[in-house]
Amino acid sequence: MRQEIQFKLNGEAIALEVNPNEVLLEVLRDRLGVKSPKCGCDKGDCGTCTVMINGKTIRSCLVLAIEVDGQEVVTLEGLMDSGLTPLQKSFIEHNSFQCGFCAPGMILSATELLAKNHKPNKHEIQEALSGNLCRCTGYSPIINAITDLTTKKK
Amino acid sequence: MQETENKMKDQKYIGKSAVRIDGKVKVSGAAEFIDDLDFGPDLLYAAIVESKFAHAVINKIDTSDAEKIPGVVKIVTGKDFPFRFGLYMHDRFIFAQDRVRFVGEQIGAVIARDAATALKAAKLVKVDYTELPAILNVEQSLTKDAFLIHPELRYYKHVPWFFPKGETNIAHLRKVRKGDVQKGFKEADFIFEDTYTVPRYAHCAIEVHGAVGLYDNSDRLTVWTASQSPYTQRNLFAEALAPLGLSHKDIRVVTPFIGGGFGGKAGVSMEILGAALAIAMKGRPVKVLWSRAQEFYNTYQRQGLTARIKVGLKKDGTIIAMDNILNWDAGAYVEYGANVVNAAGLSASGPYNIPNVSIDSVCIYTNLPPGGPYRGFGYSEFLFGLESHLNEIAKKMKIDPIQLRRKNAIREGDILNYGGKMNANGLIEAIDKVEKEIEWNKKETSSDPNKAIGKGIALFWKAPAMPPNASSSAFLKFNEDGSINILISGMEIGQGLLTVMAQIAAEVLTVPPEKIRVETPDTDRNPYEWQTVGSHVTWGCGRAVESAAIDAREQIFDIVERALGKDRKSLYLDDECVKSKTDTNFSLSLRDFIIAGIQKPDGSYRGGPILGRGMFMPEFTSALSDPETSQGGHPNVHYTVGASAVKIEVDRQTGKVKIPKVVLAVDVGKALNPDLINGQITGGLLQGIATVLYEDMRFNEKGKLINANFTDYKIPTSMEIPDEIVPIIIEVPQPDGPSGARGVGEHTMIPCAPMIANAVEDALGIRIKSMPITAEKIAMNLKHSL
Repeated sequence: MRQEIQFKLNGEAIALEVNPNEVLLEVLRDRLGVKSPKCGCDKGDCGTCTVMINGKTIRSCLVLAIEVDGQEVVTLEGLMDSGLTPLQKSFIEHNSFQCGFCAPGMILSATELLAKNHKPNKHEIQEALSGNLCRCTGYSPIINAITDLTTKKK
Repeated sequence: MQETENKMKDQKYIGKSAVRIDGKVKVSGAAEFIDDLDFGPDLLYAAIVESKFAHAVINKIDTSDAEKIPGVVKIVTGKDFPFRFGLYMHDRFIFAQDRVRFVGEQIGAVIARDAATALKAAKLVKVDYTELPAILNVEQSLTKDAFLIHPELRYYKHVPWFFPKGETNIAHLRKVRKGDVQKGFKEADFIFEDTYTVPRYAHCAIEVHGAVGLYDNSDRLTVWTASQSPYTQRNLFAEALAPLGLSHKDIRVVTPFIGGGFGGKAGVSMEILGAALAIAMKGRPVKVLWSRAQEFYNTYQRQGLTARIKVGLKKDGTIIAMDNILNWDAGAYVEYGANVVNAAGLSASGPYNIPNVSIDSVCIYTNLPPGGPYRGFGYSEFLFGLESHLNEIAKKMKIDPIQLRRKNAIREGDILNYGGKMNANGLIEAIDKVEKEIEWNKKETSSDPNKAIGKGIALFWKAPAMPPNASSSAFLKFNEDGSINILISGMEIGQGLLTVMAQIAAEVLTVPPEKIRVETPDTDRNPYEWQTVGSHVTWGCGRAVESAAIDAREQIFDIVERALGKDRKSLYLDDECVKSKTDTNFSLSLRDFIIAGIQKPDGSYRGGPILGRGMFMPEFTSALSDPETSQGGHPNVHYTVGASAVKIEVDRQTGKVKIPKVVLAVDVGKALNPDLINGQITGGLLQGIATVLYEDMRFNEKGKLINANFTDYKIPTSMEIPDEIVPIIIEVPQPDGPSGARGVGEHTMIPCAPMIANAVEDALGIRIKSMPITAEKIAMNLKHSL
């Protein structure tokens, strides 16, 4: 029994018929071609499928597509209306990522943190990123990029 | 030894912490991984029919119910592909034939229009089995009357440096005999013997394995894979599918970015399914993507190890004899894992100069998933025992553990286990620096009576494990604007290979790295590389890129000499221009002629597109040696060495370990990009620390992996990192490395387990001889020791 949903994706109005059991991650990737959210575990452990709904990060592998009816969904693609964000630039400067597979999810979690807290301390950064697994970097280069950005003199 | 041209003169790009040239593509989400590629609406999906048993005979496969499901296109089983294959030993089939040898092994595949239908139908395939005795550990496998897991072992094709024992479960025995070990023990004042065990581990790259194959109607096979080894895959696909008439030229392997490898995506594991299923479905692309659970139980796992270590010493602490028996739980198929056993066997005396050595490194079949390469290639496993044991010895002999190591540390020119000489290295410098940085002599106590503080050290070494003819090659193309594309098949697996290759070419050609593009491999476009494994590509592929850049430079000088009559010997490159030492006014921008050529007064042109070509093979190596002693060959190109130390704080009640500080010093020869090396240190340390504090694979009594997910197999989050990490780079040049560099990727993980074990012992006085050293295990041991 397909159902029509309407939501905003990175600012664009989307109207789509979905099955009630379709997962948001699948709809974003396979039906709308938005590929930055990845599937790493399919059960909410790894955080590579992180997207924002109404400004809050969620695991899109755990959300049904019908749940975003009327909501605003933002993926990494939606952060770059005016080019790379200062956060993304800081990650490049610090060589923060290695394989880069976790980067889209990690960047969204960090973006959410900085929207709420302009000067997070190390522990707050660690907590904010704790739902995004990274196997390459040991996390420190990611944390350092955020710290440097937020403590830099304007 | 082939020496590199690029001496360490004043360098502009080498040795600088350049930002990654793949930084933007990765932070912008533009980087494409295997599952991000589009194959159009006729893409088919495959789901795997898997073995329920660890060891069983397949009597019958009934696919009739599955075939009835709408959307199912085809079902294939072992009978469709009766071909043996493997990297170093042909002991696997694409699908199980008459027998399954581990839980989860592929028996067949259902191909359907969508993934859910394929999965649903795969569950309806009925397999009739007769169970066989399952052998789940090495002790059981080595018993005299053990059931044979591979009764046809003695007929298997394998590389000449393997020595399988037919009619047993021993797939390979690497024997090392140096000096006279019995005499050594006779002359020893003290002998210490103990046994240490290491369980299996999973790589846990965040991206799972995947492969998409297309065998088009012109008989061309293209396979897109998440892989560290495009050319090795092409070769193995061609070999395995040769009976179907496929030639290398008709096979193309494309490897987009991969979401972590760590050895798990080396060689060929599930990717063979992408190739085989494409053959079965001519004209249509077929996709196989592993689930996280399959990622745990049906890719290479790090092998388990039981190590019996025996060390003889003189009163002054000189190690005079060592006798190690390493029994490796190599799993159901050892086509790659046996080479881990081999490489570890050759080096299992650690970075020490020991005159009398005996090592038996034994590759043992079990009915657990296939073992294979994992960052460290066996060295992490044997060094857990050896470096733990050295601390126990130091304690019993009342010698400082660092003094014991310094006294016996291997130095340049010392004789290696196989008779060759140890390369130049900074091991002593690494020990000294780590000792100072961790304040070894400062005994620390916590103000909290519930907390104990301990310090631990471990040395490490590792050589790339590669066939003697493993080679790398590179093409370098100039573009109209003076920018460069470099084509290599070394794989960017996160380590920063693309960036470092750009830096190497930049140094030779004076073109900045940001004007150089290096992309991931496509075997149609990019030239040969053996594999991206063993921390060898910075060294080997780096030499190929350096030589391609030199080749391009020589072509540039040729053109300038021919067109303008300049004395070739006077020419040099500077700031993207050709300049002359004798005519200081002369300066010709590369962009003006590297495609278009140089115009002569008569209007004709000289030159043409500059296309550099480079190749590197370590021609001094050989895997041929006496099978009884390993003497006579030169299997290893060089060793990278170092030392690491840690300070921990343990909770006496819960056993929980916190890491206030960790230090790692590694001799990289030359740091081509120090920031990327620091990245290897930070990441490798946490991956290693996880193996000792949290992770291990748990199998039930039927051989089924019971923690095949991130909920039950915990890998560290950002909350688990050490408070402080001090990376120390040491540079004792490798004469044949690009600008003196040698590999570093694996090494940073290797010392973690023993240094934490040693720190736990230092803090609490308990020696834990089996990994992992979890909080629970520490707490239980403390309780028992009260």
